[in-house]
Amino acid sequence: MSDMRQPLETSSDPVAETRDDAAVEEALTAVEIDPEAAAAEAEAILATATAPLSDRPSGNILTANNVTKRFGGLIAVNDVSFTIPEGSIVSLIGPNGAGKTTFFNIIAGIYDPTAGRIAVRDRTMVARPIRAWLEPVLWVAPAVVVGIISAFVVAAANNDIVGFIGGGLTLAALVTMLVSAIARPDWYQRLLIRLRIFRSARPNDMVKAGIGRTFQNIRLFQNMTAEENVLVGMHIKLEATLFDAMFSTPKNQRDEARARARAAQLLELVGLNGVGGELAKNLPYGDQRRLEVARALASDPSLLLLDEPAAGMNPRETSDMMALINKLRTDLGLTILLIEHDMKVVMGISDRVTVLDHGEMIAEGTPEEVRKNPRVIEAYLGAPAS
Amino acid sequence: MTARRLRLPASNPQLDRIRTLAGEHRSLAIVVAMVIAGIVLPILALVPPFSGFQQLDVWIGGFSNAGVFVLLALGLNIVVGLAGLLDLGYAAFFAIGAYTYAYGASPFTHLHAPFILMLVICAVVAATFGVLLGAPTLRLRGDYLAIVTLGFGEIVPIVFLNSDKYTNGTNGIGGIYKPDIPLVTFDLLNPWPFYLLMLVIVTIVMVLAYRVQESRIGRAWMAIREDELAAASNGLNTVTTKLLAFALGASTAGLAGAFNAAKLTSVDPGQFLSTVSFTILAMVVLGGMGNIWGVALGAFVIYTIQVVLLKQLNAFFEGLPFHIPLLSDLNFVQYQFLLYGLALVFMMLFRPEGLFPSQRRKRELHAADAASTEAGAAAALEESAL
Repeated sequence: MSDMRQPLETSSDPVAETRDDAAVEEALTAVEIDPEAAAAEAEAILATATAPLSDRPSGNILTANNVTKRFGGLIAVNDVSFTIPEGSIVSLIGPNGAGKTTFFNIIAGIYDPTAGRIAVRDRTMVARPIRAWLEPVLWVAPAVVVGIISAFVVAAANNDIVGFIGGGLTLAALVTMLVSAIARPDWYQRLLIRLRIFRSARPNDMVKAGIGRTFQNIRLFQNMTAEENVLVGMHIKLEATLFDAMFSTPKNQRDEARARARAAQLLELVGLNGVGGELAKNLPYGDQRRLEVARALASDPSLLLLDEPAAGMNPRETSDMMALINKLRTDLGLTILLIEHDMKVVMGISDRVTVLDHGEMIAEGTPEEVRKNPRVIEAYLGAPAS
Repeated sequence: MTARRLRLPASNPQLDRIRTLAGEHRSLAIVVAMVIAGIVLPILALVPPFSGFQQLDVWIGGFSNAGVFVLLALGLNIVVGLAGLLDLGYAAFFAIGAYTYAYGASPFTHLHAPFILMLVICAVVAATFGVLLGAPTLRLRGDYLAIVTLGFGEIVPIVFLNSDKYTNGTNGIGGIYKPDIPLVTFDLLNPWPFYLLMLVIVTIVMVLAYRVQESRIGRAWMAIREDELAAASNGLNTVTTKLLAFALGASTAGLAGAFNAAKLTSVDPGQFLSTVSFTILAMVVLGGMGNIWGVALGAFVIYTIQVVLLKQLNAFFEGLPFHIPLLSDLNFVQYQFLLYGLALVFMMLFRPEGLFPSQRRKRELHAADAASTEAGAAAALEESAL
C-alpha cells in the first residue's frame, strides 16, 4: 500500500502498462484513503472552498495537493502535488500516456479528481465532491414545502384561483432553486458550504477564477469567424444582459464596441490582424493555434494552460509560438503552464519543468536539472540493458 | 454582423446603398420590410391568379394563421438553428401557451384578463415550462435529446387530453375571448385586425430575436452548437445558456399559442399533435436554419403552399379538359406529408442550407464558392417583397 503512495519507488517499472489483474486490484485498494484522513481532507476542502482569491504578488497561483485520478482500474494521475508560482512558465512533460492531459483537464475543471485537491490562489476549487447527493434535496425541498402549504390553503379555500396561485408558487420555488443549482451564484455556493456540501468547480468556474486554456487537438468554433471566436472567449467579461441585448441599450452598445476593439487588439497580439472576418476552419493550421491562444486570452486569465501549443508546427511556426509565449509573460504578466513534447520549446522557455510518467511525478526542477535526471532519461529512452 | 463585412460582387450601386443601410440599421430594416410585406401581401391576394384561388378575406385570415407558424418557426430557430438543440416536441410549448390563454380569458375559469397581459403571461408560463423540460435534457445531445423532447411533445397533449376536470378533455376549452385592444374591435367576420395584430407581433419578435442573436448571448448559443466543451472551457455556463435558449424558444411558442387560441376561440388537444412539431421543424430546415428571414419566409411559404396551393393543384388538374393518369386522381392535400418528405429529401441533397440560408451557413456548406455570396439582409428584403 505504502509504495503506491511513494511515486519514486514504483514508477521505474518498465512493464507497468502490462500490469496483470492482481496488480490492478492492488492498485485499486492502494489508493483507498483511510476514513480519518478522508475526514481531515474534507475539512480542509470545506474550510478553503469559499476563501477569497488572494492576490499576493509572490504567492502560488495554483496549488495541487496529492491529486489522483482513476478511470476504473487505470490510474491516470497518481498523487501528484505541485505548485505554479505567479509569473512563471512551468512545463509539464512526459512520454505519451503519462497523464499530462488528464492532469490538465482536472485543473481546467473537466474531471473531478478521485482524491486530492486543487486550489487557485488559496481557494480550493477542484476536489472530489462531498455529499453532493444532498443538493437535489436542497432544491426540491422548498418546492415541496410551498406545495404542501398551498395544498392546505386550497383545501381550506376550495377555490380554483387559489389553487392556480398555489401551483404557480410551487412551480416558481422549484424553478428558482433549480436555476440556482444550475447557475450556482455566489450565495448558493456559500449556502452549499454552510450545509457542508462541496461540488467541484466546472470549467466555466475555473475561467472565472482566472484560468484560460487551449486544447491539444484544436477546438475552435469552426463555423464562426475568428473575431467571433475571440468574442465568445470574452463572454464572461461582458455585462450586457438579455434585456440589454433585446432593447439595444447604451450599455449593450458600449459593451459590444469595447469587445470588438479588444478582440482586434488580441488578434493583433497573436499576429492575426486582418483575418477577423475569416471562418475559423478556413484559417491555416498555425493560425488556428494562435487563434486558440487569442480566444483563451480574451477572458483575461492570470494563468494560461497551453496543451501542446507547438504540436504539428514547422520550426518557424514553433519559434514564433515560443516568442509569443514569452511575450505573453513579459507584456501581459501571465503565468503559463505548458504541456509540450518539443524539448527545444520546453527547455528554451520554462522556468521549471515537471515530469510525469505513468501518472506519477518522477522529477521536478529547472530545465537543466531535469535534463540530467537519470529517471527522466530512463522514462524517455528506457533503462540501460545491463 | 458578419454579413456587413462581406465583400459584395460589383452590382447596382443603388441596391448596394440599400444593402449598406439595411446592414447598419437591421432593426429598422426588419420593421420596414415587414410594413412592405404587410402592404404587398393583400395586394398580391387581389392579383390573378391568386385572386381566383379564394376571396380576399379568406386570404387575409390565412395570412394570420401563417403568422402563427412564422412565430413558431422563429422560436424553434433559436433552439435548433442557433443553439443546435434538436427539439422534436416543440408543439408542447404551443399547447401550453394556448391553454394558458384559455385559462386566463375564457368562461371556463370565469377570468377575463386583458389580451396584452395574457400575451406576457403566456410567454412567461411557456418559458417556465421550457426551463422545466429543458433541465432534464441538459446532458443529452443529438439523437438522445431528440428522443426526450419527442417524449415531452407527446406527454403534454396527452395530459391536456386526459385531465378532463381541468381541461375539458377531447372537447377542449371553447368560447375563449377574442383579443381586446382599445380602439380595435375583433370579430370573427373581419380578419383584418387579426392580420395587423399578427404583423405587429411577428415584427417585434423578429427584431428581438435578431438583436439577441447578434449579442453575446447569440454568440454563446452558436459556440455551444459548435463545441460544447470548448465553450465551457472559455467561461460559458453551458447549462444556463442552453436553458435560456429553451426558455426563449418556448416563450415565442407561448405567444403563438395565445394568439392562435384567441383567433380560433377554442383550444383542444388535437391541435397540438406531434405532426405540428415536425411541420415546424421542416419549416425551419427548409427555410434555412439560423437565418431569421429564412425561417420566417420558409414558414410562410410552406404554410401557404400547404393550405392554399395544394387545394388549387387539385382544382387545376380536375379542371383540365383531359385526364392525366395519376395526377388527376391524386388528392394533393392528403399527400401533403409525402410532399414534405420529398421536398426535404431533395433539399438535403441539393440545397442543404435551406431556401433562404444565412450567410454563415452558406459559407459553411459551400466553402468553395464563398466569393459569390451576397448580403443577407438586402436579399431577404427583396425576397420578402415577392
